[in-house]
Amino acid sequence: MNRQLNRVSATVGAMFFALFVAVTTVQFISADSLTNDPRNVRSVYDSYKTQRGAIFVGNQAVAYSAKSDDVYHYLRKYSSPMYSSVTGFFSFFQGATGLEATGNDYLTGKNSAQFFEQINALFSGNSVSGANLRLTIDPKAQAAAWNALGNLTGAVVAIEPKTGKILALVSKPTFDANWLAGHNGRISAAHYKHLLNAKSEPLINRAIGGDLYAPGSVFKIVVAAAAFESGKYTPLSRIPNPVRYQLPGTNTFVMNSTEGRCGVGSTVTIADALRLSCNVPFAQLGIALGQDAIRSQAEKFGFGQTLHVPLTVTPSTYPSGMDDAQTGLSAFGQFDDRVSPMQMALIAATIANGGVAMQPNLIQSVQSSNFATLSTTTPSQLGTPISAKTASRLTKMMIAAVESGVSYNGKVPGVSTAGKTGTAQNGPGQPYTLWFTGFAPTKNPKVAVAVVVANGGGQGQSGRGNTLAAPIARAVMQAVLNR
Amino acid sequence: MANPSTAPLTTAKPRIVRVVPRNRNIEALLLIFAVGINAFEIAQIQLAALQQLTSEFMIYWAPVSFAALVLHLTLRRRASNADPLILPIAMLLNGLGISMIYRLDLATVANHGAQLFAGKQVIWTLLAMIIAGAVLVYVPNHLFLRRYVFIAMFVGIGLLLTPMLPFIGRNINGAQLWIGIGAFTFQPGELAKIALTIFFAGYLVNRRESLAAVGRKVLGVQLPRARELGPILTIWVASLAVLVFQHDLGTSLLYFGLFLVMIYVATGRAIYVGVGLGMFVTGALIAAKIMSYVSGRVDAWLNPFDQSNYDAVGGSYQLVQGIFGMAHGGVLGSGLGGGVPNLVPLAESDFIFASLGEEIGMVGLFAVLALYLLWVSRGLRIGYKHSDDFSRLLATGLSFVIALQVFIVIGGVTRVVPLTGLTTPLLAAGGSSLVSNWIIIALLLRISDSIRTKAKVAE
Repeated sequence: MNRQLNRVSATVGAMFFALFVAVTTVQFISADSLTNDPRNVRSVYDSYKTQRGAIFVGNQAVAYSAKSDDVYHYLRKYSSPMYSSVTGFFSFFQGATGLEATGNDYLTGKNSAQFFEQINALFSGNSVSGANLRLTIDPKAQAAAWNALGNLTGAVVAIEPKTGKILALVSKPTFDANWLAGHNGRISAAHYKHLLNAKSEPLINRAIGGDLYAPGSVFKIVVAAAAFESGKYTPLSRIPNPVRYQLPGTNTFVMNSTEGRCGVGSTVTIADALRLSCNVPFAQLGIALGQDAIRSQAEKFGFGQTLHVPLTVTPSTYPSGMDDAQTGLSAFGQFDDRVSPMQMALIAATIANGGVAMQPNLIQSVQSSNFATLSTTTPSQLGTPISAKTASRLTKMMIAAVESGVSYNGKVPGVSTAGKTGTAQNGPGQPYTLWFTGFAPTKNPKVAVAVVVANGGGQGQSGRGNTLAAPIARAVMQAVLNR
Repeated sequence: MANPSTAPLTTAKPRIVRVVPRNRNIEALLLIFAVGINAFEIAQIQLAALQQLTSEFMIYWAPVSFAALVLHLTLRRRASNADPLILPIAMLLNGLGISMIYRLDLATVANHGAQLFAGKQVIWTLLAMIIAGAVLVYVPNHLFLRRYVFIAMFVGIGLLLTPMLPFIGRNINGAQLWIGIGAFTFQPGELAKIALTIFFAGYLVNRRESLAAVGRKVLGVQLPRARELGPILTIWVASLAVLVFQHDLGTSLLYFGLFLVMIYVATGRAIYVGVGLGMFVTGALIAAKIMSYVSGRVDAWLNPFDQSNYDAVGGSYQLVQGIFGMAHGGVLGSGLGGGVPNLVPLAESDFIFASLGEEIGMVGLFAVLALYLLWVSRGLRIGYKHSDDFSRLLATGLSFVIALQVFIVIGGVTRVVPLTGLTTPLLAAGGSSLVSNWIIIALLLRISDSIRTKAKVAE
């Protein structure tokens, strides 16, 4: 019988080994991802045990926990809806969004930077106070973006090109996070339901791609970049310049927004085509480059990848499997191109930074509850999507677009400004999506910006990127440069 | 008095010399540790939840600890050579269960709930330990069980079938595993596992020769003779009947697995395991195709984080919440009283392992698993050491049924196997499970006592 017993023992051993492995998997190997699952409310519960850290913009706490007299001990408060797109909300009943969610480990004191405090707490029995987050947001730029966007639906993102610091991040319409932070479940739930069902969709963060937008002509920057990177084109390469261009294999004609030629002559340079934002030359250029070259350039800029700033940015998309006609449309930002303002700002910042993309980032530093600095974010490179030469060519073309082209409303008075507008169509009868992206000053750039105005800015199909989006961008760039 | 050097004084009574209870002294020492750890658990829970020690501490600690003392003294008199580790292990596990259930009760009270379990658990533990003591006193020699093999069979099958009877059968959480009179419910299948183990052991010892005999050779494999497949078929049908009519894959798997292991140990013929497993898997797969609850459980097991499974009635919500709890506990856990294990439905019974995982962490769960493993290995050790085949088979069967039950229920909570409705031995809230497991403990103690006595007599 002993032989059988040996095998039974081995079986028992194997069964228990499986259990040990399973426990290790759940509690150690995948513990972090399970803890961060939004359906796991334990982190939220935990976070009420200690004073949650504050979120600072400059010297102002824009989100902070104040003592309250109820069982929760602390009530989360927010200084202004201006920062809701950044902080998100922190609700006992509806969970957390924005930095309140992605920065939760810091705010609750569970990050590795507070390791020694945690060890200390383990022995002393006191709980670790949450760390404070200091943001890269420039309050003046944020206010400028907030005010300039007014009552429009849209978003603004401003980045410091050299470091990737996010200087402004606004999405409108937005919400007052205080509505959801209250401890009365019924009131909080009613507010949440109201926000969730509101037609204006205030809970969507348009800046980081809660919605993506058709880019229209701002995408021409990407196509021009692909053209120069291919080595086959220069800004002075000439492209046929008919009044209208029949897309191959279709009865559809592409026209410029002026419904005439792009400037004068039977051919036009790429530089002029971008300056005057002409569709006909870019449709031909796109087809000549091919969708793969354009997609590859777009992906180098960051399309198709999820960015963490540390807010999660929805990846922008450039379609695949297109025929030539569709490629032609995609080359001036139509068809199924979809872009987030954060991605667009990153492209502008990359060009401004001589072709080197810096990781966009909201958190300047993490400080303990007694304001000792625990960690500081050092700028890091994402990659080099374009050569310095391509960057300088694109800069010159974008300067021309602002100084003598159709993007003139982006010009910051007295400062050399580079930029590009976009006015994307969204199908028959649908209002346009209006864009501006650019940077200033063009020598040693301090700020790169992307602005999107959705729903045609309330003007249906008569609004233009240059009339509605560009002035907002100008105001934000001005605010940064004047500080 | 345990010192052998005093032996010359008592040479007139050689029998007493043989029962020098060295094992019992080890046991006493370990028991002090076990009840001491239990005291720490309850104290920590009170300090965490109430910020003070209250007299309730005594309710959850003293009676059970006293019962352990009584059981220990009973062993000194009635089974002095019994294994010294089994009782302390059982006390540690049972005490940990009571502590956790008490901790969940405190959360229920804090949330203005009314359903409390810890008091009942203490009463059931006492009752179960009294029954265990009675078994030790009134079953001085387990070999007499061999005479009641077929009675054990009828009792076992009868217990298995009672939940299907009208009026007293109860369906709780989708499984028809309970009988109930008024507010009192009992899971007879828990006791059936003992009766059936006794039956298997007795039956197989008698029939092992003919079962091991070689039948025809097919495809190079020597099959057992056709008529010897009869019992396997019977058990197979019975197991599938449990699956189909009582809606519980775990119970079904438990009995069938137990039977296969015992027939293998008795005959040494692996073919029984192969054929048996094949038959069971086939049957279960067909059942899964036909019965939606099986396939639902399997889907919830494979894709628990899928939102549709998570939201489905009877879906993976409970499983996922349990896993979230354990993950949140991490390596060291939140400390007893520091987590929120009450978020998981049935945290005190089916999911007590997950509740523990949240608060005592991976380290604590390793300790719990190690305790189970040690308990099972002490049982299997009897199988190795005993000279009598019935005893060996019985001890192996009783140990394996614990191991298999731990594997199925804890494996269910940690996603090794689909979730089923078995109880976590000694930890989970529930009287039937406590009674049956304490009877198993008493039987293992009784059988282990007869190892050394025999060896000494043979000297």
